[in-house]
Amino acid sequence: MGLELFNTLILSLLVVVAVLSLWVRDLVVSAVIFAIYSFLMCLLWAEMGAVDVAFTEATVGAGVSTVVLIATIFNLKRKAKD
Amino acid sequence: MVEDGSIFSQLLVDRLNYFIYIILLLIGLWAMIAKNNLIKKLIGMSIFQTAIILFYVSIGVKEGATIPIYLPEHDPHGSHLKVDVNGSEKMLPPEVLESSLVPGYSNPLPHVLMLTAIVVGVATLGLALSVCLRIYRGYGTVEEDELLEKLEREDARNTGRPRRRRPRRAPSEKAVATEKLKSGNPRPRQSRTNRKGAKAGSSEGTRNDSTKSVTEKRKTVRKPRKKTSPKPKEDNS
Amino acid sequence: MKRAAFILVLLIGLLLAWAAKDFPTWGDPHAPASSSPVSSHFISNTGVDTEVPNMVTAVLADYRGFDTMFETVVVFIAGLAVISILRGGPTRRTRDREFVVDFEPDLIVTNTVRLIVPVIQIFAFYVLAHGHVSPGGGFQGGVAMGASFILIALSWDLKTALTRFPIERCFTVAAVGIVIYAGIGLLSMALGGEFLDYAHLAKVLPVSPEMARYHAMLGVEIGVGFTVSAIMFALYASLSTDGRMQDGL
Repeated sequence: MGLELFNTLILSLLVVVAVLSLWVRDLVVSAVIFAIYSFLMCLLWAEMGAVDVAFTEATVGAGVSTVVLIATIFNLKRKAKD
Repeated sequence: MVEDGSIFSQLLVDRLNYFIYIILLLIGLWAMIAKNNLIKKLIGMSIFQTAIILFYVSIGVKEGATIPIYLPEHDPHGSHLKVDVNGSEKMLPPEVLESSLVPGYSNPLPHVLMLTAIVVGVATLGLALSVCLRIYRGYGTVEEDELLEKLEREDARNTGRPRRRRPRRAPSEKAVATEKLKSGNPRPRQSRTNRKGAKAGSSEGTRNDSTKSVTEKRKTVRKPRKKTSPKPKEDNS
Repeated sequence: MKRAAFILVLLIGLLLAWAAKDFPTWGDPHAPASSSPVSSHFISNTGVDTEVPNMVTAVLADYRGFDTMFETVVVFIAGLAVISILRGGPTRRTRDREFVVDFEPDLIVTNTVRLIVPVIQIFAFYVLAHGHVSPGGGFQGGVAMGASFILIALSWDLKTALTRFPIERCFTVAAVGIVIYAGIGLLSMALGGEFLDYAHLAKVLPVSPEMARYHAMLGVEIGVGFTVSAIMFALYASLSTDGRMQDGL
């Protein structure tokens, strides 16, 4: 019962964070919210028993992917039009 | 879609997780199509990819199963394999796991495939970001509607004119030196398109004289910009 | 256009939801995917065939080693492609970025990073080597190693990181990683087996065929770790400087 509640909570947070990441205008904020999305994914997979996948997502998704995204955004305009 | 009791409860109670994965997939797909900014499209692509990976990994979930690493009592090097024979210890070789114990471990196959998918996803993201940077370098914007506008204008300008392709060479010393001399020119280089209508950033329109023939141009090394008499300005924007 | 996209996406969603009601229940141990003979074989026979407790590493590096080799090649090609896309092309715009990040390396940050980076690198090696017994393996260790170089580049500037790990050396290391992987495969072929059939390495190593698979898996993961760490750093270095490798983030 507790696990199901945890699952449902994280999944609903996931949907909220995904929508938020696409809604904000500032691209650096969008990238950071995408890092939150990656961390929530990692939690979900650790709960599901996929520990290797969670480890990889924690390093790759919330580490390298976010840094590379922010490094690129610093070379572009920071404000999106929509 | 008629929502009678059975479909509703089937989808939203038993398989709530799959339903939310579908919502995430749709968010990612919509972002890739409808968002204006290229970086937002890429974030949508990443959301799509991770939602697919989430779906795939959750196929291998077994209720009440442990992680796919052998427990100590089934460990191939474990101490449960030590047996005492004639007073000295001997290690038995590991044995095949009984099939009744198999549902106690999570399915490792989706994990393996999705490990590959995550790493390939980050490689794809890096490549897509480098293409975004190139687009920004060439056109000055990463918004889709502005890009389409610029491409249309460029097409309208370039129709009817033969495309002069010249292999790009490193500028010779003389060209670099004369370019430095000319950099004292107070007239700023126009940012979007210069007078001869070439793409921003390229050197096609600045150095060629349009009266020369194509083969002559190919033979000449890049010459410094000729002093052009004030021509009637074309349609600049 | 946006309306059409929204309606299309909704239609696809309805189609997927209509298909989703036929899926097996969440977490069913007797679902077709979970009870298939392939995964049951992997779960039961990993201990006997390879003596590796972590089934995921065993399947990744041994049973499906071919996939992993080509995935490493894909990562390498992506790194090459990023460098070649950003280095070629029209002349760069001379106008500055929107905000110039111009600062002195901070005292607290640099000294903390100086203490942390060796720990991160040792942890990355540990994750790589211990991937047989605990969650981990080549990819995770390699990415952590690359992240340590990115940390150096973030807290000092990119030049400091590039003096320690120049881009040319990055690609050499990445290529060496793939050569190690394919080399182990070719070695098994030269000893009479198939490509990437590690059991035949027992002819040169003084261990049993199962332990030969164990040790060859470690070698293969080291190759993957080399490639992934070098390419992650090269990716960061090219993308943050627009191919120039001069100023940093």
